[in-house]
Amino acid sequence: MQALTIKDLRKTYPTGNEALKGINFSVAPGDFYALLGPNGAGKTTAIGIISSLINKTSGIVEIFGHDIDTDIEAAKSCIGLVPQEVNLNLWETVHNTVLNQAGYYGLGSRLARSRTEKYLRALRLWDRRKDSARSLSGGMKRRLMIARALVHEPRLLILDEPTAGVDIEIRRSMWEFLREINAAGTTIILTTHYLEEAESLCRHLAIIDEGTIIEDARMSVVLRKLQREVFILSLVEPLDAAPKLDGFETRLVEETELEVNKGPDQSLNQLFAQLQAQGVEVVTLRNKANRLEELFMRLVENKQDGFKEVGAS
Amino acid sequence: MNIALNLIAMKTIVRKEVIRVMRIWVQTIVPPAITMTLYFIIFGNLIGRRIGTMDGFDYMQYIAPGLIMMSVITNSYGNVVSSFFGAKFGRHVEEMLVAPMSNATIIIGHVAGGVMRGMLVGVLVTIIALFFTKLEIRHPFITISVVLLSSVVFSLAGFINAVFAKKFDDISIIPTFVLTPLTYLGGVFYSISLLPEFWQLASRANPILYMVNAFRYGILGTSDIDIGTAYAILFVFIIGLFVMCQQLMSRGVGIRE
Repeated sequence: MQALTIKDLRKTYPTGNEALKGINFSVAPGDFYALLGPNGAGKTTAIGIISSLINKTSGIVEIFGHDIDTDIEAAKSCIGLVPQEVNLNLWETVHNTVLNQAGYYGLGSRLARSRTEKYLRALRLWDRRKDSARSLSGGMKRRLMIARALVHEPRLLILDEPTAGVDIEIRRSMWEFLREINAAGTTIILTTHYLEEAESLCRHLAIIDEGTIIEDARMSVVLRKLQREVFILSLVEPLDAAPKLDGFETRLVEETELEVNKGPDQSLNQLFAQLQAQGVEVVTLRNKANRLEELFMRLVENKQDGFKEVGAS
Repeated sequence: MNIALNLIAMKTIVRKEVIRVMRIWVQTIVPPAITMTLYFIIFGNLIGRRIGTMDGFDYMQYIAPGLIMMSVITNSYGNVVSSFFGAKFGRHVEEMLVAPMSNATIIIGHVAGGVMRGMLVGVLVTIIALFFTKLEIRHPFITISVVLLSSVVFSLAGFINAVFAKKFDDISIIPTFVLTPLTYLGGVFYSISLLPEFWQLASRANPILYMVNAFRYGILGTSDIDIGTAYAILFVFIIGLFVMCQQLMSRGVGIRE
């Protein structure tokens, strides 16, 4: 049984906008799944339908085998949602925000209170529990929404851009937290514009664009399809011109910064061997662009020509 | 349906509503107390002396049940419409929509919140009334049941208003242009027997007339209408409005795209 199964899901808004054009995908239990796509691609619509905030036009949605048309209560019990936009009652205290959500999921008073404390502590909000939500910073509000979504300990956690507008330190600590709850067995679906985040956290990804799924595969498989990588090398000594390296394309960005384009059949050992032979000493090396970001852009730009074009580009 | 889950969820909504009413008590409790005190002073004490008796009761005594009912109606309606529309506007209604509780639980929880505020204000206005006049409850069961049922009717109506409302203006249109005129014309300040025959007949189309008179009957033992008809109207409205709320929620009108 899959954590989430979506079959031929369609959504047409009253304005005539066809947000989803019959998408199909499934998420395995325990997976960390990225749902990516440009703005307006249909990600939030899909998440809205899965979490019962948007009515679908047609199609099937099953959450751990519970069809949202015939078994909505059981389906909803399995889901925790962290929406894209802050939807907190800003006048409510931090504690009551989480406690109330526990009540909405039918948790008894004692359990609700202990879970509220557990997740407020886990997300470092316990000290602010008596404050109203409006007094929190943007990052704290995001963390409060995560605590609220987790209080009933859902089997499927859906995060719609959870780290948007959050500083890097908090983002990294949120990643760590999400890895922990995923390791504990919670299936996670993540949408994000930070592709580094998806590449770092997720094991599977689907890319949606203009209401259709244009890629759905394991992260490692998708990344292998990106056949060329560009590296930036920092050099010890300045150079006048880019060195000629057999099989590699090179370009001197600055006197001490060399750009190297590496093909799929070449190794970094070959690169360093040739550099050493020419007396070029390297201090550091980094990817010019995030690999997934590069792939994402190519997919979205070339989707009409099919994915094979990516490898050829 | 998981009954235990829904009962806990309903209790949570009611608790949330109680906290909300108490948190903003300056907006929820104080204004009706001040308004009703002014009604008692101006209409009851100053003008009422010149009016004399109505249906055998001094004017202050006659209008007291109507003023209590008026405050219950407006506060029950106002609580639900502002709370549920506020939740829609701030999008925290989604907290309830994603949860596995039934639509009926969401409706009943908010209606219970409206009834709670209506009763709280009703008791407060009754205490204020006792500073100005003597009230002896002739029929306690009728008094309590009519005020509770009327509060339920207007809480449900407030919920429907909130579902359809798209902006804050929309939650004041019905109270201003429908509720207040119907309340003033619903026999709060006069017996409809004073009206010409046509307007007596027209007044009988006003459901608030039945609620005010049934409540007045419970306290003073006098009424312009048949009490059985008042109960029938209350039950018809409750069933009709509840079914409408359920349908709106299940279709997602105003809350789901």
